[in-house]
Amino acid sequence: MNNPADTTPPRRAIDIVNASLKRRYARERRFRWLGATAVTLGMVFVVLLFADIILKGYTAFQQTYIQLPIELAAATIDPDGTRDPATLARADYMKLIREALREQFPEVRDRRDRRRLNSMISVGAPDLLRERVMADPALIGTTQELWILADDDIDMLVKGYIDRNAPESDRRVSDQMIGWINRLEAEGRVAKRFNTIFFTHGTSREPELAGIAGALMGSFYTLALTFLLSFPIGVGAALYLEEFAPKNRWTDLIEVNVNNLAAVPSIVFGLLGLAVFIGFFGVPRSTPLVAALVMTLMTLPTIIIASRVALKSVPPSIREAALGVGASPLQTQFHHVLPLALPGILTGSIIGMARALGETAPLLMIGMIAFIVDIPKGFTDAATVLPVQIFLWADSPERGFVERTSAAIIVLLAFLFVMNLAAVLLRRRFERRW
Amino acid sequence: MNTMVEVMDKTTGAISSADLAQDRPSAATVGDVTVADPRMTCRDVDVWYGAKQAIKGVSLDIGKNEVLSMIGPSGCGKSTFLRCLNRMNDTIDGCRVTGSIKLDEQDIYDKALDPVPLRAQVGMVFQKPNPFPKSIYENVAYGPRIHGLTNNKAELDELVESSLRKAGLWNEVKDRLDQPGTGLSGGQQQRLCIARTIAVSPEVILMDEPCSALDPIATAIIEELIDELRANYSIAIVTHSMQQAARVSQRTAYFHLGDLIEVGETNQIFTNPQHRLTEDYITGRFG
Ligand SMILES: Nc1ncnc2c1ncn2[C@@H]1O[C@H](COP(=O)(O)OP(=O)(O)OP(=O)(O)O)[C@@H](O)[C@H]1O
Ligand SMILES: [Mg+2]
Repeated sequence: MNNPADTTPPRRAIDIVNASLKRRYARERRFRWLGATAVTLGMVFVVLLFADIILKGYTAFQQTYIQLPIELAAATIDPDGTRDPATLARADYMKLIREALREQFPEVRDRRDRRRLNSMISVGAPDLLRERVMADPALIGTTQELWILADDDIDMLVKGYIDRNAPESDRRVSDQMIGWINRLEAEGRVAKRFNTIFFTHGTSREPELAGIAGALMGSFYTLALTFLLSFPIGVGAALYLEEFAPKNRWTDLIEVNVNNLAAVPSIVFGLLGLAVFIGFFGVPRSTPLVAALVMTLMTLPTIIIASRVALKSVPPSIREAALGVGASPLQTQFHHVLPLALPGILTGSIIGMARALGETAPLLMIGMIAFIVDIPKGFTDAATVLPVQIFLWADSPERGFVERTSAAIIVLLAFLFVMNLAAVLLRRRFERRW
Repeated sequence: MNTMVEVMDKTTGAISSADLAQDRPSAATVGDVTVADPRMTCRDVDVWYGAKQAIKGVSLDIGKNEVLSMIGPSGCGKSTFLRCLNRMNDTIDGCRVTGSIKLDEQDIYDKALDPVPLRAQVGMVFQKPNPFPKSIYENVAYGPRIHGLTNNKAELDELVESSLRKAGLWNEVKDRLDQPGTGLSGGQQQRLCIARTIAVSPEVILMDEPCSALDPIATAIIEELIDELRANYSIAIVTHSMQQAARVSQRTAYFHLGDLIEVGETNQIFTNPQHRLTEDYITGRFG
């Protein structure tokens, strides 16, 4: 204020504030608009994705069956009349089905036409019939109207995936077959029924016989073992690092490494598993055991980081309170700190598990990609998992696998949804205020 | 270093020859740091947080059946000193304690001494009420249970009741022992924490500003409680309220920037402080 000419009255602060107010509000509006756009876009893509998958996949939950009056002739099934399971299992059920089919179409006499007629029935139909008869031997000797599994081409035709008006050379089903199907449909002998096979069978080369039970069990064994291994190790490591370890250069180094491991591409864990678990320790490949070991390595960093954050968020006053009445450090952790950190730990672990459930790349490295028909019965049976099954089916040329791929994705998403819901509910359940 | 000079001036200037003749453990402290019947004796205690010294050569006794109050401006090290007395500072990274602190002739910083039973012997009530997020009953029962102080449920029930009674909380909570301790009011929570502390029958109770979050009525209840507890326990209390110190304590220690400036009978400290810093503080000239 040395200059005496400087006589302008001082501006009030509120004038300056008001002058900039409009700009500030405009910026706020812009930001809100951007946020809303991003959220909307995200939602649109999610809806599109789900709609696409569900539209493609829902038909796989139904399967075409042909109703035939099957004469379960005792002469064919059980010639000696002993009802011995071994005999029942050996019988030629295909013959029974073919005879029933021939009776429906007595005019078909040519050998080649007969073969075409037979091809409308799934090659798995006799097995299903056998199961039926062995479950209820009283049926033997009677004639039953039974629903027989149709071949996948017929299934596709009935579901409308094969255009009946397209030129014959462009479709997998001949005019002759369409004629037969039309006739069966007119008689009410063709129906789409709930596809239990999809949930009870392992995979197959034949789409109509392919199910996700094998992959589901594989995923179950893998995830269960992964959780059993990674949860205690992860929480233990977090507890040690957070509460007991001295803070020095070594623990800093470990912390940095754990954080880095969380960002390592999952395929690297697959390579590691191949080299160490299979190559060095000789763990059998393609098994839930080796998959779980790899998944454990992969999810450990996630669990450790989430657990440490959860432990850190427990107020130190609780620790002081426990130590103050003479609890040992371990008692302090297990009686007070851990229960309070549990919601966060569980949320982190479930998110890690969900990631493991959806993981494919590392499993390809350890042989989970093998074609395995049998449903695994333990941790050391060869198995595949749901995402790998989806990957394999997506690669198959048959039209029937397209809908099954989407259906399997629906199942996978349903499980992921349930797991995330569980995370939220557990969080609510265990959350306590202090 | 200004303080040091002042302290020296004061000791040579204002202190009677009788005081000087005493063999005082800490040359810098005015007044008698010892008591006839000590429970805890601290000699030349230094505390460092990393390279920063928070307590400088403090010597102080806590007598049996005595309430000792510690006053001083914020950041002078009252809490730090208090936390040394039950090794609560062990939990702080980079905190280092030297000198000797004895509980009945037993050096509590002895390598062989286990801090877990020590903390059962020297209980602590914190500035902010910190009940466990468990039921009222569990809050009080936790200590006795982990130490195995009772043989059966009936004894434990009895102990919980008597502790809550001593803390003056029983009548307010006897019908809702299974409700969370965190659902009580601030004053009730603090009394619950006191009940939790006395449930393990400590010999010394350390209180770090136990009333700082409480209204005058709750404060009065706790002060009354402290007076009753004195019959069985030794109590060291940190407080910012000089009225409180005057009301509850028999001896008062004045801390300043990590130094113990003056110790004496509470009456004497408040009516006739010997050191200029003490006088400035209690007359409200700073702090
Ligand atoms: N955990 C810690 N790490 C580093 N320095 C600390 C720590 N705790 C306290 N200090 C420092 O030690 C000194 C004494 O702190 P202390 O908490 O003992 O003060 P106080 O007398 O209790 O103060 P107040 O009356 O505000 O509670 C302060 O300078 C403080 O900054
Ligand atoms: Mg303090």
